[in-house]
Amino acid sequence: MAIENTAAGETVDAAFLHIDHLTKDFDGYKAVNDVSLEIAKGEIFALLGSSGCGKSTLLRMLAGFETPTAGRIVLAGQDLAALPPYQRPMNMMFQSYALFPHLTVWDNIAFGLRRDGLPKDQVADRVEAMLKLVQLGKFAKRKPHQLSGGQQQRVALARSLAKQPQLLLLDEPLGALDKKLREETQIELVNIIEQVGVTCVMVTHDQEEAMTMASRIAIMSEGRFLQVGAPSEIYETPATRFVADFIGNVNLLDGIVEVDQPDHVIIGCADCKHFVGHGITGNEGQAVTVALRPEKIHLARKQPEDPYNTAHGAIKELSYFGSFTVYHIELASGARLKVSLANVQRHRDDEFTWGDTVWAHWSRAAHVVLTS
Amino acid sequence: MMERLRGLISGRSAVIGVPYLWLLVFFLFPFFIVFKISVSEMETVQFKDLITLKDGVLQLSLKLSNYVFITEDALYLKTYLASLKYAAATTLLCLAIGYPFAYFMARAKTTLQPTLLMLVMLPFWTSFLLRVYAWKGLLSDHGWVADLVINTGVDQLLAAAGLIPAPGKLMHTPFSLVLGMTYTYLPFMILPLYGNLAKMDLRLLEAATDLGATAWVAFWKVTVPLSKAGIIAGSMLVFIPCIGEFVIPELLGGPQTLMIGRVMWDEFFSNNDWPMASSVAVVMVLLIIVPLAIFNKYQAEAQEARQ
Repeated sequence: MAIENTAAGETVDAAFLHIDHLTKDFDGYKAVNDVSLEIAKGEIFALLGSSGCGKSTLLRMLAGFETPTAGRIVLAGQDLAALPPYQRPMNMMFQSYALFPHLTVWDNIAFGLRRDGLPKDQVADRVEAMLKLVQLGKFAKRKPHQLSGGQQQRVALARSLAKQPQLLLLDEPLGALDKKLREETQIELVNIIEQVGVTCVMVTHDQEEAMTMASRIAIMSEGRFLQVGAPSEIYETPATRFVADFIGNVNLLDGIVEVDQPDHVIIGCADCKHFVGHGITGNEGQAVTVALRPEKIHLARKQPEDPYNTAHGAIKELSYFGSFTVYHIELASGARLKVSLANVQRHRDDEFTWGDTVWAHWSRAAHVVLTS
Repeated sequence: MMERLRGLISGRSAVIGVPYLWLLVFFLFPFFIVFKISVSEMETVQFKDLITLKDGVLQLSLKLSNYVFITEDALYLKTYLASLKYAAATTLLCLAIGYPFAYFMARAKTTLQPTLLMLVMLPFWTSFLLRVYAWKGLLSDHGWVADLVINTGVDQLLAAAGLIPAPGKLMHTPFSLVLGMTYTYLPFMILPLYGNLAKMDLRLLEAATDLGATAWVAFWKVTVPLSKAGIIAGSMLVFIPCIGEFVIPELLGGPQTLMIGRVMWDEFFSNNDWPMASSVAVVMVLLIIVPLAIFNKYQAEAQEARQ
């Protein structure tokens, strides 16, 4: 692989959780395939992937519900292999919460503390503190079915934090909430986790959730990590076509490296020539894919002066999202380019609309060049 | 307005009304007749009218002597208590055997569960009388179950526990009676328990384990409380028919194990004293209605919790 993105991955100091060549084999199907990862203390780490990618299996191995076929999990210097789930210094917030329906909110939160044989007054103190943390003091006597989805989610969080775990596992923490509530809860959840200062591994299929909550994300597919990095890193410098396509919206344009100069590269595609001004290098004639995010493309009615980084076409489709509009522009080759423009004004006089022929253009730093 | 009202009557009310009508016609009405007989005076072969109008005086005569007699004659109280005792013992045994059975059935592979369920119901394919009668052969002298119990010395333990009067004889004892009733009613315990346990969300057990509970603690703190509705349903289905059981005590019980069903039979068919028999029946229904009411309360609560 000759082309390499120069942006370097964030380095992790002092690994707190160490996952070492972990594999889980279900009758010949490798749900998790030789995965290694280091997570620092205090980090909120997200495993992001579509269903069946192995993220839940990985989380369940951390919790101890699945036994790894190979590899090690080390938490704060302690190998967890020999520990059954009920002895692991970690707690999990389950998908759709798994609150005990026969117990009150208070007893749900106290469940783990009682298992530790804590004296009654200490249990009470701890439960009260947890209820205060998630602001559910008034609901202590209620049963889970008497609570709203958002309240249940907070009980689940309080229950999983009550034992002051070294590691908090979140399985689709907001999956059961509707969109509006999810956005509010994301921030609230991160605030509480940071307030407590617990290291956190979460599993989600919702990229927005992963991006807003996590300090780092691992993109998983078919049991492997495709890319690990900070949310902005994964979005702006995806390592592969799959990651670029999986995270957010993207235009993927196939082309060939035509000119390779120390300070720039020119890539020829069917409808345009890309002038890539940032530090990449490759071989002339090499086939590559140029990834362009829709929001990094601008539209103009006149042809831009720069002959590079521009394409001409007609608006075929238009999707209005309120805060922004996505235009689908059909280029000469028949390829479509998605362009998203923020609706900064209420009513523009020269609004682009169906059938308009326009020039799309983008900056010399807008592209990501991918080889795989 | 009229149309809306008519629509309401024809649709929902009919659906709700049918079970109530059923109860009215087949339970409340017959029960009322039984109650009426229990407070009636016999006049050779006919019952006297309860309500008479004589010389402009409306008279309601309720003969309560039968009820008084039930409280006075120790036989009835003893028999009611014995019925309750054997029914309770049977229920506890059914629960002790049925719970693990239902538990493993509910946790078995889903492909295996219909087969297991069929095996539980298989005995129903043979006549109940035949099956109870078969126990007679197995438990009487030189029946092979009896031989097994006696040869292993288990009969000494049973005698020590007071379940059989003396070692060496199993038939016509409290032991044979409770064994027969447990055997007969076990499926009625297993089925509701299985239905309840199979529905349980297994992630709750994972959550309990995650919070530090061993499998044993998780079972007692999560599985058992959550299967309460199943335990109660199964227990009622065993306990209630056991109290009034007549056939099994008749075939497998002995002079020691007089139960209320037998007393009722004697009053009806040996003494031909219908009012007395009816009084015994009414008291028994009242005895059953109390646990039934508790059961209904729990059902309603469980229903509410599920919503």
